[in-house]
Amino acid sequence: MTQSMTESMTEAMIVARGLRKSFRQSNGATFEAVKGIDVEVRRGEAFGFLGPNGAGKSSTMRMVAAVSPISGGELRILGMDPAVDGPAIRGRLGVCPQEDNLDQELNVFDNLYIYGRYFGLPKQVVRDRVGELLEFAKLTEKAKSRVDELSGGMKRRLTIARSLINRPDLLLLDEPTTGLDPQARHLLWDQLFRLKQAGVTLVITTHYMDEAEQLCDRLVVMDKGVIVAEGAPRELINEHSTREVAELRFGVGEHAALAEKLADLGERVEVLPDRLLVYAADGEEVVARTHERGLEPIASLVRRSTLEDVFLRLTGRTLVD
Amino acid sequence: MAPLVGALARPNDLPFLEGVLRQADYWAVLWARTWRGVVASSFLSPFLYVLAMGVLLGGFVEADADQLEGASSYLAFVVPGLIAAHAMQTAVSETTYPVMGMIKWQRIYESMLATPLQPRHVVGAHLASVALHLAATCGLYTLVLAPFGVYESWWGPFLAFGSQVLTGMAFATVVYAFSTRLRSEEGFGVLFRLGVFPLFLFSGAFFPVGNLGGAAWLARLTPLWHGVNLSRMFALDNVTWWIAGVNVAVLVVVMLLGWRWSVSGLTKRMLA
Repeated sequence: MTQSMTESMTEAMIVARGLRKSFRQSNGATFEAVKGIDVEVRRGEAFGFLGPNGAGKSSTMRMVAAVSPISGGELRILGMDPAVDGPAIRGRLGVCPQEDNLDQELNVFDNLYIYGRYFGLPKQVVRDRVGELLEFAKLTEKAKSRVDELSGGMKRRLTIARSLINRPDLLLLDEPTTGLDPQARHLLWDQLFRLKQAGVTLVITTHYMDEAEQLCDRLVVMDKGVIVAEGAPRELINEHSTREVAELRFGVGEHAALAEKLADLGERVEVLPDRLLVYAADGEEVVARTHERGLEPIASLVRRSTLEDVFLRLTGRTLVD
Repeated sequence: MAPLVGALARPNDLPFLEGVLRQADYWAVLWARTWRGVVASSFLSPFLYVLAMGVLLGGFVEADADQLEGASSYLAFVVPGLIAAHAMQTAVSETTYPVMGMIKWQRIYESMLATPLQPRHVVGAHLASVALHLAATCGLYTLVLAPFGVYESWWGPFLAFGSQVLTGMAFATVVYAFSTRLRSEEGFGVLFRLGVFPLFLFSGAFFPVGNLGGAAWLARLTPLWHGVNLSRMFALDNVTWWIAGVNVAVLVVVMLLGWRWSVSGLTKRMLA
């Protein structure tokens, strides 16, 4: 281990150097899901892994959760080696998986209580914490309900509450709001903000750019197993995109041909199947000059650049197919 | 068992017993919900089996004790074998669908393994629950049948009971290991049709394996025959101790191998 790694271990919650993960497939071939990434997550920050499905986010999260051995490189979680200290690491982690794995046959209270016991917490301590967490998750009145009677948003809140039963130093959230309606998402974001304010280090994977922008202090953009960019959401947008984007919709099949005619209006033009994206400091001006050239888009929209644009710039693809 | 558990453990691991006991509340909640069914079926199925096989069918069987491995009646012959075979079936039903469910349907194991618990603790607690189920089932079976005069000594039922639970556990660990490696539940159909059913019929529960003639040696290779033979020798107070020793050794070895395969199977499946 290098000296710099030893030093950074003392203050960092997660340190990965050249981290790799490969799987043997049923046809005998090896699939490399994570191809040598460097990551450092500091105490108290909210850190994001942004990328489309198949980018290697979940494989990375499983290694960090100490439930999947690394295939190469180095990994330290809370200063410990997951290959040696798996139980000790997991004892200080909270894990909220992508799909809820609550016990459908138990009631809400028992789901939390029994989980607390797995950490070796005394019965009374767990009971007290369950009360607090039900309050936090706004599920106190549902304590005796069976899990299969809860809505999707309630189940997610219960899963997050369960991941907090051991008062973790590090909370891992894999796609926390996938499948939730907008209202449930905002409620969940509010709760994650409160955890962050309470000093819990959050690690979040998401393919929603708005979620990453809302929640993350810092993030890495992953694609095909590698990190393609790293920084604060605003920094990444400033670095890789323009201030504004003009979205212009023309007739079906016309976009590729028109892109050339509009290329000089912005720093660059992206052709999507249903629209053109013109990247420029002033989007309204792009729309005005498009009209001046006698081109009449069916619809036009000017917006600020987002992480979606950063991803498109870096990979040539959109986040959600 | 300790050396086997120890062989898989490393210095910073959670102690085996502690990890198993941390799941006691979980299994207690499950038991609180299901014990009535276990007790009811443990009373009902011996009555039905003994009525059908021992009394109604057995009424047609006229054979002397020499032909029935020392049993004074067909009922006395069939009961200890039936309980051992029933232990096998209970063990199989507890380690097929429930294990697959916890792996891939309800994904309970995934949530457990995100905590300090490790596969050997998870397997240990699940199999402890199976052992409890076997003890309850075989114990009730024995209690129900004791008044029918099928036991030849006061200590026979106790040793027979121990051998039935051991038989069940030998199957429980091996089938658990099989379930951890199975991707789809269709494999269970094959297990029931080609494994459990032929064993149930041809391992000496219903007739002396000597009746199989040249194929008797094949029946004696099966773990269920060892369980049936042990259970019957104790129940009938007709024990050949060196054979009993071989029966116990076979069942213990199968159980320990199954245990290792179970832990390695769950580790490969869940911690890839």
